[in-house]
Amino acid sequence: MATDHESEPTTNDAQLITTDVQATGTGRNGEPTEPVVTARDLDVHYGAEQALNDVDIDIPEHRVTAIIGPSGCGKSTFLRCVNRMNDQIDSCRIDGELSFHGKNVYDEDVDPVALRRKIGMVFQKPNPFPKSIYDNVAYGLRVQGMAGDVDLDAAVERALRGAALWDEVNDQLDSSGLDLSGGQQQRLCIARAIAPDPEVILMDEPTSALDPVAASKIEDLIDDLADEYTVIIVTHNMQQAARISDKTAVFLTGGNLVEFDETPTIFENPADDRVEDYITGKFG
Amino acid sequence: MSTETDDTLFTDVDLVWEHRKNRIFLAIIFAASLFGVVALALLLLDVASDFYVGLTEYNISLVDFFTRDGSRREELSGFRGAIVASIMLMIVTAILSFFVGVGSAIYLEEYAPDNHITRLIEANLANLAGVPSIVYGLLALAAFVNGIGMGPILLAGAIALGLLVMPIIIVSSQEALRAVPDGVRNGSYATGATEWQTIRRVVLPAAMPGIMTGTILGLARAIGETAPLIMVGALFVNRMPYGPLDRFSAMPTQIYNWAAEPSQHFIHLAAVGIVVLLAFVFAMNAAAIYVRNKYETEV
Repeated sequence: MATDHESEPTTNDAQLITTDVQATGTGRNGEPTEPVVTARDLDVHYGAEQALNDVDIDIPEHRVTAIIGPSGCGKSTFLRCVNRMNDQIDSCRIDGELSFHGKNVYDEDVDPVALRRKIGMVFQKPNPFPKSIYDNVAYGLRVQGMAGDVDLDAAVERALRGAALWDEVNDQLDSSGLDLSGGQQQRLCIARAIAPDPEVILMDEPTSALDPVAASKIEDLIDDLADEYTVIIVTHNMQQAARISDKTAVFLTGGNLVEFDETPTIFENPADDRVEDYITGKFG
Repeated sequence: MSTETDDTLFTDVDLVWEHRKNRIFLAIIFAASLFGVVALALLLLDVASDFYVGLTEYNISLVDFFTRDGSRREELSGFRGAIVASIMLMIVTAILSFFVGVGSAIYLEEYAPDNHITRLIEANLANLAGVPSIVYGLLALAAFVNGIGMGPILLAGAIALGLLVMPIIIVSSQEALRAVPDGVRNGSYATGATEWQTIRRVVLPAAMPGIMTGTILGLARAIGETAPLIMVGALFVNRMPYGPLDRFSAMPTQIYNWAAEPSQHFIHLAAVGIVVLLAFVFAMNAAAIYVRNKYETEV
């Protein structure tokens, strides 16, 4: 198995080294950081079909981790494992361990609702609620019972500023979120995700439904978000991963995590030939 | 190569007969689509002429018609009791059927696993929607009027009508819930909402216009139902009900009653009653269309 370090020790020296880097990763300011999300031997099946195969990964705090790979490689599946959105799919079966701060989120005593209050998510297609802009952003605070404890107006403004949307919508907070353009809707969804102040933000190809200008605004935003949040972003756009991420994980067909390293290393000097082929466009 | 127009280019293609068939078929289906409209127009014309004759030749006063209850004496008969009974019936029917119907739809669309029991319930609902209305009357008669000794009261009629419109409300509510995009549900779950929070705060508000439209259309059907009310004994009652536990005769049963009388005066009273009943039905349908148009751009 390609991702299994022990089975091919001779060819995977580079990976062994990167594993050390993962365990004691460094944040943007050079301080060592603990991994926030870790996977060990993670297998996911949809019915008889295997979507993830024996994935091991340590995702560091306060950095942007990009997950890239061809269609059907399981990158979105991995993302949806982190906040247990795969629970919505009846045929989905998960084995192995996926931990958030060391706690396996698939343990019996973990409530997925509680987990999702600490891990926000932004989807591929902008999905604002058919409510006002204000109510969209305040939604998380309201359902999480925080509306009475915080200054809701201030929290909404802070989230909209955090999503770089405040200047465009501050005079129309009562109008419907559906009246915004696609790019604005996606930033509204980011504001909705960050309003309850989660620790991790998952993004599932957040710019693939947007035009290039709107996409570049979101990319700038993601870079800022990493100051406060751990960002895990799935993208099929390799240039995007190279531009915005600190670390990159490459999944290839069959749900295998082939390589995970600092982004420059992945793009300039990948250890695995298949990753090099994928990056240079020979395959995938 | 020739620059002259070739007149014989398409002469080998003969489409005259095909185009004629096209026109003939168009005429047939247009006539078919007009049939319903013409039939309704003829019915309305007939009712309107009876209404006019009633007001002029039989001197039916509209003021008396709306302020008097039914009576054995034709010149003293009015429609007030029946109108009040019908409005009360609609309110009680709506209360009985709305919550149960919407609740069933929410369960079936949002919670129910895809298994035999769910499929059995859905198949039964489809069948219930096709059950003749008199059967609901029989059910209410056997179970409530006689079974638990309720007697022929308005509440028993409302139960019969509530059972009648419930499948309509369930099916239209299911369609409204299904029309709410899954992305919105996922957005809510991913924000840390529970299933009930998602349904109450996002899904139901988005589906409510569709649910309301279905409910109003269901009630518009119920207000004209005669057979189930006859079964529960809403006939030959002339006084106005003061609550759901009173005996009653609603608009359609009062019309039925009058139309069966030998006197022409009573028959024209029935015609005036039909105009009032149709006005109620059209107003409810208009309300349904208004609700649908007002909110349909929201999602």
